[in-house]
Amino acid sequence: MGDAMLAISNLNKRFDTAAGHVQALYNVDLQVQEGEFVTVIGPSGCGKSTLLRIVAGLDSGYTGSVTLEGVQIGGPGIDKGFIFQEHRLFPWLTVEKNIASDLPLGNKEVRQKVDELIELVKLKGFEKSYPRELSGGMAQRVAIARALLRNPKILLLDEPFGALDAFTRAHMQTVLLDIWRTNQTTMIFVTHDIDEAVFLGNRVVILEPRPGKIRNIIPIDLPYPRKKTTTSFQELRLKVLNQFEKVDELELTDGAGI
Amino acid sequence: MTNQAVVVRGSSRPGKAATIGLGMILPASVLILWQTLGHYGIISELLFPTPYTIAESFITLAIAGDLWTNFRISAARALLGFLLGGGLGLLLGIVVGLFRRSEKLLDPSIQMIRMIPSLAVIPLFILWFGIGEESKVLLIAKGAFFPIYINTFMGIRNVDNKLFEVARVLGFSRMKQIIRLVLPAAVPNIMLGVRLSLGLSWLGLVVAELIASSSGIGYMISDARQFADTPVVFVGIIIFAIAGLLSDSVVRLIERRLLRWKDSYQG
Repeated sequence: MGDAMLAISNLNKRFDTAAGHVQALYNVDLQVQEGEFVTVIGPSGCGKSTLLRIVAGLDSGYTGSVTLEGVQIGGPGIDKGFIFQEHRLFPWLTVEKNIASDLPLGNKEVRQKVDELIELVKLKGFEKSYPRELSGGMAQRVAIARALLRNPKILLLDEPFGALDAFTRAHMQTVLLDIWRTNQTTMIFVTHDIDEAVFLGNRVVILEPRPGKIRNIIPIDLPYPRKKTTTSFQELRLKVLNQFEKVDELELTDGAGI
Repeated sequence: MTNQAVVVRGSSRPGKAATIGLGMILPASVLILWQTLGHYGIISELLFPTPYTIAESFITLAIAGDLWTNFRISAARALLGFLLGGGLGLLLGIVVGLFRRSEKLLDPSIQMIRMIPSLAVIPLFILWFGIGEESKVLLIAKGAFFPIYINTFMGIRNVDNKLFEVARVLGFSRMKQIIRLVLPAAVPNIMLGVRLSLGLSWLGLVVAELIASSSGIGYMISDARQFADTPVVFVGIIIFAIAGLLSDSVVRLIERRLLRWKDSYQG
């Protein structure tokens, strides 16, 4: 491949616990092109969250190289937007102030961009609401708008819709694809839902646990918008599913995902 | 779909008038009982002057202007002491809460001073600062300092680490982290500290004025005690109670406004 926007090579990460070492990531190599939508899927404990947190600069202590536009990732920053599984909004700020966060809403440019983003994530009329007044899906959309306001080079999403019900989740997937088409932001989306991975991604990266490493990368060359009921979609879904059956890891292991 | 705000609030809450009425039942019954018992001479008029006698004495003092003068002096002392002690408590609480090094440096000494009873230092305060305003204000400040200090410190240390991660991802500067994350998150604790400190300021005021003073409500009480003028003692006590209640209500009002975002059990 050519010059990838994000290049991960020979990435290893080990957690030292009282019980011994856990190899969270083992020799991971992955290139992500600009504007690409990559989904990462795997059972609990396969290191998918760890991978994302390393790219975000939230976790360190790894070996190997992770570069964004050729520059080694140092720490977290606004060039790498991050959406957590929980919305993590500031409870004392209204929707619009949460989106602005540390930027002044009084600034004309900020104000205009915030208004545009509220439109984009379809939250018009809720600018002055507090997080406690929002549903889970709405709160997660605020979190997405908050990340997008900073014009990140790459948006990292760590099971962002995991806590939502099936209907809200399907709606949020459509909203996210809309945003991706409009803004052409590069995205890495971690999930444990096969349908979600195939529905969203240009490529699906399949991780396997203990040690966490890439089992396979499956390109999804279906045109957007995709329909989950078509046979071509189902074929690809089965292809991904088969990867799991090979490693016999379909049933999810207990414990929090690392 | 999801485009609907979820309004979190019960519907069967008692009205404002009903709430106030509920709070009045107990004091009103006590007053009626008290007046009746005193009226028929069942309890001593000297030790327990009837509410009516107390009200009379209140009006006499109010007309003479003593009440207002003394109250103004007392309120100014309490407020000044509260601002001094509370302000310092807030400042040190923030510094100690934010920086582990300043915690190691300051907190042990502060905790030590906290354990010294106010009554024990009064003689020293009087020797150092005389019986003027300084000793009284400083005594009140000493009491007001600790609740705000401890609660601010705790509030800062209790900020959710997950929100710190958000601040890092959003690239907050250290300054913004304090102003936009740490302080707002600590406001519930800080307000609790403010309420406790304000209460202690009134208590400290009474101690200071009873022991060495020639003006203020506390002085009025101790002066009346010497002449066995119990109604005036009661007037003083009632004024302390009302002033304390009013100042607490003001803080609670501010607290409610500041904490509108909180989603907690409303009773």
